[in-house]
Amino acid sequence: MMDYTLMIIGMAVVTVAIKATIFVLGGRVVFPPLLQQALGFVPVTVLTAIIVPMVLAPHGAGLELTWRNPQLVAAIVAVLVCAATKRQLLTIVVALAVFFGWQFGVLQ
Amino acid sequence: MSHPPHSTPLSSLAAGARDTLPMLVGAAPFGMIFGTLAATSPLAPWQGQLMSMSVFAGSSQFIAVGLVAGHAGLLVIWLTTFIVNLRHMLYAATLLPHVARLPARWRWALGFLMTDETFAVMNGYYSRHPEAPLGHWYFLGSGLAMYANWQAWTLVGLLFGAVFPRLQTLGLDFAMVATFIAIIVPQLTRLPHFGAALAAGTFAYLLKDLPYKLGLMSAVLIGVAVGLAVSRWRAGVTVQEERA
Repeated sequence: MMDYTLMIIGMAVVTVAIKATIFVLGGRVVFPPLLQQALGFVPVTVLTAIIVPMVLAPHGAGLELTWRNPQLVAAIVAVLVCAATKRQLLTIVVALAVFFGWQFGVLQ
Repeated sequence: MSHPPHSTPLSSLAAGARDTLPMLVGAAPFGMIFGTLAATSPLAPWQGQLMSMSVFAGSSQFIAVGLVAGHAGLLVIWLTTFIVNLRHMLYAATLLPHVARLPARWRWALGFLMTDETFAVMNGYYSRHPEAPLGHWYFLGSGLAMYANWQAWTLVGLLFGAVFPRLQTLGLDFAMVATFIAIIVPQLTRLPHFGAALAAGTFAYLLKDLPYKLGLMSAVLIGVAVGLAVSRWRAGVTVQEERA
């Protein structure tokens, strides 16, 4: 059983250190250009790496490439809606509606 | 515009908060979804609020809740927090010339309040008013508005999750998937980012059974490497086309 308070305090220390270091130390920290460029890819890769297994294998076992997988169906709809409209909130609302609708309307 | 845009600290503070209003509206659903996820996770509700109050960095908070659900260890969660939040250093480096001469307590406070949204607001403000003497009050107004907004919507989400505890069994974690898709997809129009996401997603799936979320870490490293390689390859193609 993990100590979640310790986890949160550690996250806060790490984050405050990152956010305040440059302002507090001034110009004594310099980023190499390659690191700057690499950091630009971090958000998109972390977020994708988290959700892909959740969508393709929602029960943690094998691949569920089937229309009976509501995560997969709703995720595909979300990608299409977001690509077509570029509206974040609309994407989330439509994806959740498809997800719950698929579970309780189509599959039952 | 070379004249000082706001004459008193208070009016500068208020202007910073007001100009952040669209960002507040945009962050609200994310705060609420985070609160709801925290309420239906193993975290106690007060720990969910504590995370918003002390960490105050949305995407790393979402990811931490997701990693808790996936039984990741402390070190993995702290390392992921570090990597995901590292971009704030770039923001700080960009804004540093405007805050370098402030007293230390101001620099700590403004650093803590830095977010994607406040960076966007301040970057625009300083390009319009590079010499504004009360710019730090404007910065504080933007940061405090984001902070208060994030706390309030986290609380709303926590209450919502407490009233409907069965949201977990409904598969509410899909709200996180939908939120992340809405963040990822607009970035995929750039080829290097598309390649990075494709590689990260593929390897995250293939390596998902490695212990300690090592699969996630490896997938991120591979994704970043692919992104850098595609950027470099495209730069090379451009140079060749210019020569031809």
